[in-house]
Amino acid sequence: MEFGLSEEQKLLQDSLTRFLGEQVPLDHIRAVAAGDRKDTTAWAGLSELGIPGLIIPESLGGVGLGMLDAVVVAEALGYHITPGPFLSSAIIAPTILMAAGQTDRLADIAAGQYRIGVALSEAIGSRLDAGISVANGTATGKALFALDAEADGYLINGPDNSVYWVNCEDSRLSRKLLTTIDKTRTICELQLDQAAAHLISEDPECLRAGVDAGRVIQAADSLGAAQCMLDQAVAYSMQREQFNRVIASFQAVKHMCAEMASQLEPCRSLVWYAGHAMATASDDARVTACHAKAHLSEVAQFVARTSTEVHGGMGFTDLVGLHYWFKRIGANRQLLGSPELVRNEAAKAQNLVA
Amino acid sequence: MDLSYGPEYDVFRDEVRTFIQDNLDNQPKPGAGPQSEEVRQWQAKLIENGFHSRTIPTEYGGYGAEPDIIQSRIIAEEFGAAQMNTGFSGQGISMLTPVLLEMGTEAQKQQFIKKTIHGELIWCQGYSEPGAGSDLASLTTRAELDGDEWVINGQKIWTSTAHISDWIFCLVRTEPEAPKHQGISFLLFEMNTPGIDVRPLVDMTGTANFNEVFFTDVRVPKDQIVGQRGQGWQVANAILGHERGSLAPPDAAMSRLNGVVKLMQQETISGERVIDNPIFRDRLLKLQGRVMAMQYNDMRLLSAKINKSQDTKLAGMVVKLIGTELRHEIECLGIDVMGEIGLSYGDNPYLRGNGSWQYQYMYFLGLIIGGGTSQIQKNIISERGLGMPKEPKIAQAGV
Repeated sequence: MEFGLSEEQKLLQDSLTRFLGEQVPLDHIRAVAAGDRKDTTAWAGLSELGIPGLIIPESLGGVGLGMLDAVVVAEALGYHITPGPFLSSAIIAPTILMAAGQTDRLADIAAGQYRIGVALSEAIGSRLDAGISVANGTATGKALFALDAEADGYLINGPDNSVYWVNCEDSRLSRKLLTTIDKTRTICELQLDQAAAHLISEDPECLRAGVDAGRVIQAADSLGAAQCMLDQAVAYSMQREQFNRVIASFQAVKHMCAEMASQLEPCRSLVWYAGHAMATASDDARVTACHAKAHLSEVAQFVARTSTEVHGGMGFTDLVGLHYWFKRIGANRQLLGSPELVRNEAAKAQNLVA
Repeated sequence: MDLSYGPEYDVFRDEVRTFIQDNLDNQPKPGAGPQSEEVRQWQAKLIENGFHSRTIPTEYGGYGAEPDIIQSRIIAEEFGAAQMNTGFSGQGISMLTPVLLEMGTEAQKQQFIKKTIHGELIWCQGYSEPGAGSDLASLTTRAELDGDEWVINGQKIWTSTAHISDWIFCLVRTEPEAPKHQGISFLLFEMNTPGIDVRPLVDMTGTANFNEVFFTDVRVPKDQIVGQRGQGWQVANAILGHERGSLAPPDAAMSRLNGVVKLMQQETISGERVIDNPIFRDRLLKLQGRVMAMQYNDMRLLSAKINKSQDTKLAGMVVKLIGTELRHEIECLGIDVMGEIGLSYGDNPYLRGNGSWQYQYMYFLGLIIGGGTSQIQKNIISERGLGMPKEPKIAQAGV
């Protein structure tokens, strides 16, 4: 019995952490956020490491690792709030394509040559007039909050949670960047007017598999981001002095940090298990994915707020840059279902909803 | 990640299941007193078959198996699933026996362990005092040597089972001149010794879960000490850590939470099942996610005991703090879903679950405070887990 990471997974974690520590400093985040630099800088480096093909089988040009490995990667990416389309292009889209048996373009995705976004918000909670209809191999309508405004194409959800593939080369597809708080990942609105749509699957389970995988990865991303905020808060409190003492020696500050740590540490096990359950197609995989996403949304939000408070006024400024983590955690909370929506799905999956 | 215990344990699990099947009707009836013959016979049978005191050497009355965490876990799982009587527990078994095995003299092991694990000796723990709670090391109950005897004066509080105990293991100050952690000794003595007065302490549940114990010139033989004079703090600390995590096991929390689910499916308010009310349901699901995190945290801790390939220091430190808080909130939801019926207590005809929801709600507030308060836990987590400094003493801090 072993509930933990394998030697290979620890190695993966260490090498990725080293890489990100060098390649994704705060200056890089600032430049991407200001629009001075594309997120492709870090993503190109990650592509060389094989990250876009992480869960794509080796026979299809990927690395062939599983969801627990992906969780390890996501935690590291979240710790460094790494810009890029990992969630959409490396996790959600490949999961759907593999579930649907549509493997043609996976090699391009794995190689980082084709960047694929996802527009699945309407499957989780449709807002305003968004929605896509499909007729005669073309898609028409609007998809809100599509993940990745830089993608080469998108998986979109059609009627009855079917999935279609549309390409950005198609002039009947237009997209508009939607400004959000989180500048480390881009979100857009897709407008389709009889754009060519290639059917991926009519089985709603394919879409569900992608959403489940995405939620586990969001949970791992928030875990990493929250861990980084906690580490920064503890480090800051050990160096900031008031009343002739470091503020880390005040019980009020210590208890804030202890509360963050004690809520966050069990999350690590929940997220690991959620990855493992998905990798082994366990019966509780969906319930666990929902709980990981919802629980991490809550805990990471608490850590984001509290670690900012530990920094005092500096935490509120742009100088420390803590707000980039705060906003990344905020985005993970809302995207693919807010905690209340996701918990309701967990209740449905357990037949607790009449 | 490999969550199976391995095929070699399947055989063991079958053995445990066979024992349970064969003995479902032999276990003591509910309500059988701890001193009754049937309870003692059951205890002996459990030990004989290796389902209690499994790793205690046979020369001290145990089963004498090599320690195997997974085997112990399987026994707990199977007995739990069958709701089988697991035999005696109590502080003599859970706390004193491990200490005697580690630090007791051969004579002490011979004298106490067999009788303790067989339920023939019931123990209470004399640690906390009215003036020494969170700051336990400041305890002032004195023991002075007079010839071949210690003479003990002082008072203990929060002493569970003192009223039915045969013996007490007790922290007393033997070196008043030494620094506070180095002046304490760990003594063992009989509760029927003259000069001991036990007074029940009724708590908010309406039950006397604890006692106060007063010592007036209690005379105890000099050799009834574990470890050396002045080493009592180290002896006690070795087992306090043992107590904390076990106060709030996550599997018990999940089982209570499933009880809330049943309650919500059964209870109706104005004709609507409570489970169909989205606000109550969200509270339930929120707690479910939190309990799940603690269950996987627990699996990680178990795994780290078997295979020391990861650092789980912090994961272990948070169990008492989070676990007791979580149980308190679960019991609170159990009450809330019943509305006014949730107020029922004692002989109220509308009582649900024998009044356990209100009782446990209050009891777990006691556990949030007891065994090291939540605030003390946060000090420990921030200092030993996160490396933050201790708060300066007032005299050092100045004004």
